[in-house]
Amino acid sequence: MTSPHPIWSVLGILIVALTIAAGLIWVERRLLALWQDRYGPNRVGPFGLLQVLADTIKILAKEDWVPPFADKPVFVLAPAIVLITVLMSFAVIPVAPGIIVSDLNIGLLFFLGMSSLGVYSIVLAGWSSDNKYALLGGMRGAAQMLSYEVFMGLSLMGVVALAGSFSLVQIVEAQRNLWYVVPQFAGFVLFVIAGLAETRRLPFDLAEAESELIAGFHAEYSGMKFGLFFVGEYLGVTLISAMITVLFFGGWHGPVLPPLVWFLIKTFFFIAFFVLMRAALPRPRFDQLMAFGWKVMLPIALLNVLVTGAVKLAWSR
Amino acid sequence: MDAAFYIASVVAIGATVLTITRTNAVHALLYLILSLLAVAVAFYTMGAPFIAALEVIIYAGAIMVLFIFIVMMLNLGERAAALERRWRTPGMWRGPAILAGLLLIEVAYLLLRAGNATGAAQAVEPKQVAMALFGPYLIGVELSSILLLAGMIGAYHLGMRKIEEMREEHGTHIDEGRVVASGDLVHAGADRADRAP
Repeated sequence: MTSPHPIWSVLGILIVALTIAAGLIWVERRLLALWQDRYGPNRVGPFGLLQVLADTIKILAKEDWVPPFADKPVFVLAPAIVLITVLMSFAVIPVAPGIIVSDLNIGLLFFLGMSSLGVYSIVLAGWSSDNKYALLGGMRGAAQMLSYEVFMGLSLMGVVALAGSFSLVQIVEAQRNLWYVVPQFAGFVLFVIAGLAETRRLPFDLAEAESELIAGFHAEYSGMKFGLFFVGEYLGVTLISAMITVLFFGGWHGPVLPPLVWFLIKTFFFIAFFVLMRAALPRPRFDQLMAFGWKVMLPIALLNVLVTGAVKLAWSR
Repeated sequence: MDAAFYIASVVAIGATVLTITRTNAVHALLYLILSLLAVAVAFYTMGAPFIAALEVIIYAGAIMVLFIFIVMMLNLGERAAALERRWRTPGMWRGPAILAGLLLIEVAYLLLRAGNATGAAQAVEPKQVAMALFGPYLIGVELSSILLLAGMIGAYHLGMRKIEEMREEHGTHIDEGRVVASGDLVHAGADRADRAP
């Protein structure tokens, strides 16, 4: 299979990722409704599919207001950061053989770097709004994402040790015979939880926690700036689902169907799983969240790295 | 790659200068983050992708977030910026300017003598970095880990003592490490309450 010109990969991945992110708004509302015994959006177009379009028109037509007390340049910059960092991460994801923007030899580290830069979006949005609730949300977001990033990186080191590379293409190739979810089950569970925390989805949405902080870090945002946070969240969900597929479920590998279809099926499965988590789990208290991260997840992640390393060493003898 | 290196270097220097001259602490930190990202790009063009990635993850992504976190907690307002402007007298530039000038002359001399400083022979893979760290430089790794451990224990100890003091002062029901506001910097943000909702 000849690989297309990189620009086609860029355009293709960009358009598909943004379409999925927009479509997810409808998918999530319908799925949530299904699991909560109601209909969800069902009036606009067939099955309510055009609801997304209606929402987009509404959000574009809204007044794009910057509060007079806000720190204007930072206030405008913050929503862009979340979108840029997530879209940059899509560059290193191998969708199918040859369909990848850049096969970096440090692809996995690039993903981790971009996700750690994504924190700024929350922190700066919270700070620049000059609003107590937004500041609280921003500080919660910073503490939570920093803590969960620590073992997100650690949980992936087992995969790196097994594959012997940071390149995501080589990690997928190394899973030709056995998906890493089997030897790295602990790493998989850790990564899913860390991924939930990174995308700030329920049960980890303490940065916005609407029942106690109004809307947290984006309380002062309206119009398309709020829309960017919203789309950024769904892009984040898509990104983490794609990463789970690539790192633990063999990426494009699968029988009969073409590689691209397998990749999409697996990714959508995890997106649906993320929505189910939102439907099923309550929000913890903030100190519970932090204690869970540092006292439970971090030791397990360290143990996982230790055991994987030992087994790998013993195997190679 | 040469052009990329020099552009990144210019961005790094410019951002660092702006870091020093901003009076708003958060804006200064944003420029510092930009400077670190530019240094990461410079590392990448020099053939050290692993170090570039670590620069982004650790410096730009983790340490600077903590800096911003602290500045946010201090809640510096207009008065802090005014204070900063008052502290900055023209005379204080002389010392650092002379030292920086010496370094500049040194760098210029090295660049002129060695010709092109960029264009590394080959890219350094993560594996090579790891083998160097846990081979000839093992003692350095161990020493820095001891240092980090000592820092961690120290921070834990200080945090614990503060909570104990709080308990003695206010009774047992206060279990947060909340510190009484003191010092000019903390009070500097007090005027924001009038404007903030």
